[in-house]
Amino acid sequence: MGVQGIGARLVRKEDQRFITGSGRYTDDISERHMTTAVFLRSPHAHAKIASMDIAAAKTMPGVIAVITGQDIIDGGIGDLICGWMIHSKDGSPMKMSPYKVMDPDTVRYVGQPVAMVVAETKAQAVDAAEAIEIDYQTLPALTDFAHAMDEGAPQVHEVAPNNLICDWQLGDEAATDAAFASAAHVVEVDIRNNRLVPSAIEPRAAVASYNAAEDHYTLYTTSQNPHVARLVLSAFYNVAPEHKLRVVAPDVGGGFGSKIYIYPEEIACLFASRTVKRPVKWTADRSESFMTDAHGRDHVTKAKLALDADYKFLGLKVDTIANIGAYMSLFSSATPTYLYATLLSGQYNLPNIYANVKLVYSHTTPVDAYRGAGRPEATFVVERIVEVTARKLGISPVELRRRNFITAFPHQTPVLMNYDPSDFPGLLTKALEVIDYDNYPARKAQSEADGKLRGIGFSCYIEACGIAPSQAVGSLGAGVGLWESAEIRVNPVGTIEILTGSHSHGQGHETTFTQVVAERFGIPNENIQIVHGDTDKVQFGMGTYGSRSGPVGMGAIAKALDKVEKKAKLLAGHLMEADPDDIVIENGELKVAGTDKKLAWHEVSLAAYVAHNLPEGMEPGLTEKSFYDPANFTFPAGAFICEVEIDPGTGVTRIANFVAVDDFGVIINPLVVEGQVHGGLAQGIGQALLEGCVYDDAGQLITASYMDYCVPRADDLPSFALDHLEIANPSNPLGIKGCGEAGAIGAPPAVINAITDALGTENIIMPATPEKVWRAAQAARPQLAAE
Amino acid sequence: MYATNYAKATSLEDAVAKLQAAEDGKFLGGGQTLIATMKQRLAAPSDVIDVTKIPELKGITVDADTVTIGAATIHSEVASSKEIAAAIPALSGLAGTIGDPAVRNMGTMGGVLANNDPAADYPAAAMALDAVIHTSKGSYPATEYFTGMFETALDDDEIITKITYQIPLKAAYEKFRNPASRYSLCSVFVAVLKNGEPRVAVTGSGNDGVFRVGAMEEALKSNFAPEAVTGIAVDPETMLADIHGSAEYRAHLVSVLAGRAVAKAG
Repeated sequence: MGVQGIGARLVRKEDQRFITGSGRYTDDISERHMTTAVFLRSPHAHAKIASMDIAAAKTMPGVIAVITGQDIIDGGIGDLICGWMIHSKDGSPMKMSPYKVMDPDTVRYVGQPVAMVVAETKAQAVDAAEAIEIDYQTLPALTDFAHAMDEGAPQVHEVAPNNLICDWQLGDEAATDAAFASAAHVVEVDIRNNRLVPSAIEPRAAVASYNAAEDHYTLYTTSQNPHVARLVLSAFYNVAPEHKLRVVAPDVGGGFGSKIYIYPEEIACLFASRTVKRPVKWTADRSESFMTDAHGRDHVTKAKLALDADYKFLGLKVDTIANIGAYMSLFSSATPTYLYATLLSGQYNLPNIYANVKLVYSHTTPVDAYRGAGRPEATFVVERIVEVTARKLGISPVELRRRNFITAFPHQTPVLMNYDPSDFPGLLTKALEVIDYDNYPARKAQSEADGKLRGIGFSCYIEACGIAPSQAVGSLGAGVGLWESAEIRVNPVGTIEILTGSHSHGQGHETTFTQVVAERFGIPNENIQIVHGDTDKVQFGMGTYGSRSGPVGMGAIAKALDKVEKKAKLLAGHLMEADPDDIVIENGELKVAGTDKKLAWHEVSLAAYVAHNLPEGMEPGLTEKSFYDPANFTFPAGAFICEVEIDPGTGVTRIANFVAVDDFGVIINPLVVEGQVHGGLAQGIGQALLEGCVYDDAGQLITASYMDYCVPRADDLPSFALDHLEIANPSNPLGIKGCGEAGAIGAPPAVINAITDALGTENIIMPATPEKVWRAAQAARPQLAAE
Repeated sequence: MYATNYAKATSLEDAVAKLQAAEDGKFLGGGQTLIATMKQRLAAPSDVIDVTKIPELKGITVDADTVTIGAATIHSEVASSKEIAAAIPALSGLAGTIGDPAVRNMGTMGGVLANNDPAADYPAAAMALDAVIHTSKGSYPATEYFTGMFETALDDDEIITKITYQIPLKAAYEKFRNPASRYSLCSVFVAVLKNGEPRVAVTGSGNDGVFRVGAMEEALKSNFAPEAVTGIAVDPETMLADIHGSAEYRAHLVSVLAGRAVAKAG
């Protein structure tokens, strides 16, 4: 392997264990005397629990305990929290109802846990759960959230009349209205951003173990942020004191946001372990994942764009209803507000923006951040309305964008964000080159000759990553700071452990993070190890989401490396009787510049630990820590172009070409970044074409398995053409902007813009299934449908 | 899954005896539906009797006019059989579209036909290729075998042993998948039998399971060309409907896919 620094296409070292089945996931963990937990779940979307009889279940073979919601309340366990306080435009705080681990009185979505059985085996637990008798009094359910505020709609929580949690706004409404009053053109769109199921490959799981002898708890769990889990579990849910709780997130098979949150089941497992004084394991089956992992998106939006006579944008006005589901999940308030409306300026000079978001309850699974979290929704609004506007005004969508791109930086938008430099026109130009835009008419003609409809769609997205700085998010209502920590621990023999608060659940940290260290000291990557996911090992961490592990997690590593480098140079200077400022580190050696004096890296690290000869006042050891809090969000941006070919007979859409040109700032490992983009594009194309969560009017989840919920497969996707502009981020120690969510953010409007271009109608709702496309084609071009 | 007893039958007689001895027994013909249903606790047979190891259910024979396939033949064997591919390439091609490799390596032709899922593929081939379904008790022409959705002429203790397909003059299968499950949403098998009779069979869409389209067959007699069938509509009232395809859409697909199958058959 040798020394593979920044920019090397290093193959992921963790893949060896993942693809050979040697990973160690939560469900792989077994403890002595371990028990198995199973949750009984509500079959109804809305019902009162008139009575519950657990007597028979308690006497079933192998049953150790049957735990009810009342038991958990009586045990002093707190309600679930929402970690971000927002306020309505009248200044009143959001109307959050109590969110119990297991509500003993009322169920509000299908799959809500109502009782927990702890037994010797899973089969025994399932049998006992079936023996629990519950008398439900069913009530009308609200699933059509667009009508949540209608008179007579079923009410989800008393504290939120008309199901309205918060009537939130951002921007200057009067100034925006004035811009519309002076506009030469106004274009409106109606948008529905479809509801998605996260579909991490590994279901959620927990192994909770209370050690009575030590009065200490260990929780192994599928978490993207084990330290946050520990903090919340101890400070708010009172399930264990923070200093007596170790949370371990071992190998975790994907999250996409759904494993940020601390769910009722993990809390209940810790409570149950304390109750039965034995370890308790729970592993969700796939049906439970569908019903209980926080879903994503689910907006209805009306938007309008004002332009002057030269087609310059004057203002954007956006009205959104966001479905929160039956309870407010941990970041559910932030996702459709501050993570959404702050990106409504897109890549454009847009002097006036006003957004109003109404957050509503419904009798559905809680909705929260899912890959992109608010930014895909914002991008979809902006990039759809820009494309529709171009078509309505008869100007090329490329030209309309060029006329309105931001070209001077830093750029302050009217919706809080202050963009760092990028090159939006350059990204689009490169994307046009890569897709060979000049020859698009010939490709379209060929498709038509083959009896197919071809369309092209654009999407020029910008997003805010890092989910930081702490002071900024704190001023907007976040309950936590969003820095990241790292410790660089140089061992006496010169090998290095990187202790990071980031958590890898597919991102490749074990590979990429070593490259930053290898680059700095010129030591081989195999001598560098990542330590993460264990609150007993790592100092603290805010975890991995929001594409933050690159810019913030590696930023913290860079800051800690600065300290290690400074100390190593001080020591090397002392040992070689040279000025520390003259020491350079190259190829694993510390050299005195301009001389042949040098020490190997391991000689210096050993000297630090044997401590026989240290400079006056220097402490032994060579290990340094950093808590890095960025000065700004980071702003990855890109230009995507999608070409589709539609079979008008069946309505099947094939992605013929897809180009993504991104500016992620400095790229540490292009191979890993390309993988991230491929995955994000797959999910974005999945949202556009395939994925859509469906509830019926009674609140039953129709798409409750992969028989009906369609995730993209390899053969649904084209071979992507990727390129980059690497414009270093001046706000970041390594110049990084972040890449994890870009594909999912930018892809949906590119696909839908291409489909609507092919069909000649704007009237298509995601996912653009074959039947919807066929119907739209019929409506738009009746002569084709007759084919 | 509830606890269940598994037994391997060594002969047809052994299978029937084991079924009769069981409190609530079920034959297992590959398990690609039954086991999944049991894992969901939606089915709870006391005993499952695996019939796939019975010698009479094995083997593929091809003669001048027919292809006969043992009921325990797994889909991957049908898909990769050179003999079947030479005689009825549309049939081996169809087998290659079923499920995924894991399903094709476990699921059997007899299991599919006994289950008669409305979205299964083989029923369309059986109807279009004038197949005979041979069982432990006798035999049925395909047209009399399929009696409704998940319904067949089989008795509870009757086992399919083999299936005989007519080798057609030409045939093609046009499969349109449910994007999520990848089962047939609407698929059309078109064949011209050696007596010159055209056949059009549809699976995935009929609310009584597989069906033939008489009007299309009639039209193809005088003109075996796509345009002979694309103008013929089936009644949406007879179609299934779900979130993946309305009855109207499925009815439309029958005409489109029949035309494409005719074109593919040549």
